[in-house]
Amino acid sequence: MTNLISQAFKDNKKKLVTFVTGGDPDFETSLQIIKTIINNGVDIIEIGMPFSDPMADGPTIQLSSNRAINKGIDLENIFSLASEAKKTKKDVPIILMGYYNLILYFGIEKFVKKCKENGVDGLIIVDLQPEEDEDLINELKKNEIDLIRLITPTTDEERLKLILKNASGFLYYVSVMGITGQKSANLNELKKSVAFIKKHTNLPVVPGFGIKNSTDVNNICKIADGAVVGSSIIKIIEENLNNKDKILSEINKFSKDLKDGTKV
Amino acid sequence: MLKNTYKSYPNEKGYFGQFGGRYVSETLMPLILEVEKEYEKIKNDKNFNNEFSHYLNSYVGRPSPLFFAERITNDLGGAKIYFKRDELNHTGAHKINNCMGQILLAKKMGKTRIIAETGAGQHGVATATVCALFGLPCIVYMGEKDIERQSPNVFRMKLLGAEIRTVSTGSKSLKDAMNEALRDWVTNVKDTFYIIGTAAGPHPYPAMVRDFQSVIGKEVRKQLEELEGRSPDLLMACIGGGSNALGLFHEFLDDSNVEMVAVEAAGHGIKTDKHAASLTGGKPGVLHGNKTYLLQSKTGQIQEAHSISAGLDYPGIGPEHSFLFEEKRVTYMSATDKEALEAFQYCCKLEGIIPALEPAHALAVLKKIAKNYSKDKIIVMNMCGRGDKDIFTIADELNIKI
Repeated sequence: MTNLISQAFKDNKKKLVTFVTGGDPDFETSLQIIKTIINNGVDIIEIGMPFSDPMADGPTIQLSSNRAINKGIDLENIFSLASEAKKTKKDVPIILMGYYNLILYFGIEKFVKKCKENGVDGLIIVDLQPEEDEDLINELKKNEIDLIRLITPTTDEERLKLILKNASGFLYYVSVMGITGQKSANLNELKKSVAFIKKHTNLPVVPGFGIKNSTDVNNICKIADGAVVGSSIIKIIEENLNNKDKILSEINKFSKDLKDGTKV
Repeated sequence: MLKNTYKSYPNEKGYFGQFGGRYVSETLMPLILEVEKEYEKIKNDKNFNNEFSHYLNSYVGRPSPLFFAERITNDLGGAKIYFKRDELNHTGAHKINNCMGQILLAKKMGKTRIIAETGAGQHGVATATVCALFGLPCIVYMGEKDIERQSPNVFRMKLLGAEIRTVSTGSKSLKDAMNEALRDWVTNVKDTFYIIGTAAGPHPYPAMVRDFQSVIGKEVRKQLEELEGRSPDLLMACIGGGSNALGLFHEFLDDSNVEMVAVEAAGHGIKTDKHAASLTGGKPGVLHGNKTYLLQSKTGQIQEAHSISAGLDYPGIGPEHSFLFEEKRVTYMSATDKEALEAFQYCCKLEGIIPALEPAHALAVLKKIAKNYSKDKIIVMNMCGRGDKDIFTIADELNIKI
């Protein structure tokens, strides 16, 4: 299971990466959602670890995190989701995404061990930059789990070099200044940013934030190595909370569309 | 670490022992580093400090008096009690000391838009005030619950030209206002300066806010020297995020003969789940850019705090306090809503000072411990805010219609 993320990019095809909050709207439905998305050909799955104070997220993911927390979802549940997701298709990489406090509270060593046991291939920690990540990265390296780095429009060349030092898997490019689920990237700007990053690394670059539908995915995939979609999948959950069948059928349709968007 | 070097913290990475640091999204990192660089530049710059002092003296009204509270001293029958009257500052609290420093820095950095979070509204009012003074647009994030209980301050901010943005997520109070301010900052990172109201947040904020507030302790040292010819024996202050306490304490941290007590808000009681005592009832974690003690659930979710005082209603605490707590340099105690309410009325009647509910917490503990100190001892308590903003809350609690 090592290097599953870099393996995924080997064929040079554009990748669809999706984000859903683990346990939203409840554990069972969340698992069905993840399985549906995997069966529709998603290339990499991100499972959000719900946190009470998601500072980088817009209203959609805030509400989604609250729903999961109110259902009592904790890290043990998230690990179960990861392990079930892995059973669905063993070569689809699983990434856990969230905020540092949950990991710190759980215990770094114990957290990474659990990741390893449950088939987690990478982590994205929104509020942990190279300046503060030594404890976590050492543990991750020992266990061959990627820490997926975030690069943003404000990252300058000096910081880019610092970020690339321990980067592996792929680079998540936060395509707008702001929070999730809001405005979309200017494609010309994005093109320049991707080129700037690629000058310094061979790692794949995958933009996220503000990528809402299949057309967006297609536009982004013409510029970068893939695209991350999150809030607009979660919006389907939010709009159909009383109808779980509809959540699943809509996400089934939507994730197929998104996958089609990666064909360039 | 030698006991006489407490004043040298934080280290270059912004750590007070194991607390502090910079835990923000990558989008904010370059800006945070720039704030740090610019702050380092102006910190010891003569021109900046002259300008800062000028506004503190001529606009804020510093130095604030050090007042011998004779009737309370006699009533409690122990040490001599002094109040540091920071409630007499322009806008009614210590908050403006920090706002003045930060807006001067924001101007130096060429920022054209100011954002702030507020709980009790004191920091919001102080920020709105300095923004009016320097002609910068001001956006204040405030929890829905706090907007209700601090309506006079909401109106004051509006009069001062600030835009109030209501925060209706989470606990609808200070913690969530700070989340929204951070979300605004990450979206408007190029032109916006975030004036954080307490000694918390990513480095350099905890150190910077403390430094701007440390004028309080420096004045106390000088004033007490003139009045009594000596240093205080005990310093007391309330703590939410902890900036007024650090403002008073910092000057004396390396004076081993000066004892310090900080008072957290115990809400309905420390043993209930309705309090705001992050040190007494919390555990180390990461929130709002720093590692510090936080009120957390069994699974690491941040819990809602509770206090009758909106200014103390926060589930965290500045990282320097977490450090001073573990080092046992400062003693941390707590007062309940009820005790604060009693102390509030006590202060009104005995000294003719209507305190804010925040320092009423410090006074509540002071009332209990003053008699443990003999008459030749001196206690200085920071009266960090005035209570005009709280009259509706108080009337409500006392079942009085106004």
